[in-house]
Amino acid sequence: MKLLDFLRARPKNTADIARERLRIIVAQERATRGGPDYLPLLRGELLAVIRKYVNVDPDAVQVNVERDGQHEVLELSVALPEQKLAVSGER
Amino acid sequence: MTEIIVVTSGKGGVGKTTTSASLATGLAKRGHKVAVIDFDVGLRNLDLIMGCERRVVYDFVNVIHNEATLKQALIRDKRLDNLYVLAASQTRDKDALTQEGVGRVLDELAADGFDFVICDSPAGIEKGAHLAMYFADRAVVVVNPEVSSVRDSDRILGLLASKTRHAERGDGPMKQHLLLTRYNPVRVEAGEMMSVKDVEEILGIPVLGVIPESEQVLAASNSGVPVIHDASSIAGQAYGDAVARLDGEEIELRFIDAPRKGFFKRMFGT
Repeated sequence: MKLLDFLRARPKNTADIARERLRIIVAQERATRGGPDYLPLLRGELLAVIRKYVNVDPDAVQVNVERDGQHEVLELSVALPEQKLAVSGER
Repeated sequence: MTEIIVVTSGKGGVGKTTTSASLATGLAKRGHKVAVIDFDVGLRNLDLIMGCERRVVYDFVNVIHNEATLKQALIRDKRLDNLYVLAASQTRDKDALTQEGVGRVLDELAADGFDFVICDSPAGIEKGAHLAMYFADRAVVVVNPEVSSVRDSDRILGLLASKTRHAERGDGPMKQHLLLTRYNPVRVEAGEMMSVKDVEEILGIPVLGVIPESEQVLAASNSGVPVIHDASSIAGQAYGDAVARLDGEEIELRFIDAPRKGFFKRMFGT
């Protein structure tokens, strides 16, 4: 039986999955850490407003505060979805 | 000089109290005068792990509220006479701790000539955990190689960097140590558990020790003897190594590789 186990495909390496998931979430949480408390709320409200006009992904709005010497820069970036005019036009 | 070390993790059940008990005991065994304080007000447990639960008369909260002197509340360890336990209150709620009161007790311990004070933090990020870390000079972050524990530990690292006296004074980053517990090298090798390297890379702090998963840890807590006293157990030896590193020695990590199996055993054996 052991021989068969050995020949069978190895089970998925879940440790790698864990590591990758943590890498992403930890980086994301570190980026927002230390910033003002209102950032998540600001991001949520911006997302709601943008979604009134364009149907964007929840991840499409990024809000970051960067410290540059004496002043802080509030950086907003919104990734708009790809244009699907041709498709919608045919419908 | 007294060095205050917080043992913290964010997540519960990862081995903070087991670690606090063994680090304190190990440092005392090396000749230092050590006090270990239970900050988990309402859920006292360090006394059980240290095996002094029936000798608790006064506790940390009594001292903070001037209902007892520090001398009356410090419980001398029955094996090491340079090791003392300060139990948490079992009846009060966590608001019974005040920053001023905790600071006063720590100052008094320093004046009494203690070399190390180990602060056993409760789980979570509330008041008890905050006060356990607030006055610390160094932090030991206890982590299991598991997603929720690692993520919570990273949150704790953020708090250590901002919500401590060390940070407020602008003394630069506090010295932080990663202590991995419940490590199972066989499962790491099988790809079922993150490795020391994985966790170290994600959290970005140096490893103080790796404590292998061991039946002896439960046996030790059952009997109220910190596992570091059990020189025959690998967990006890791993804690011994961690204490030596905490005390400035450089020792290589042990017990992080799975025992080698021969070819035939892998093919046909169990």
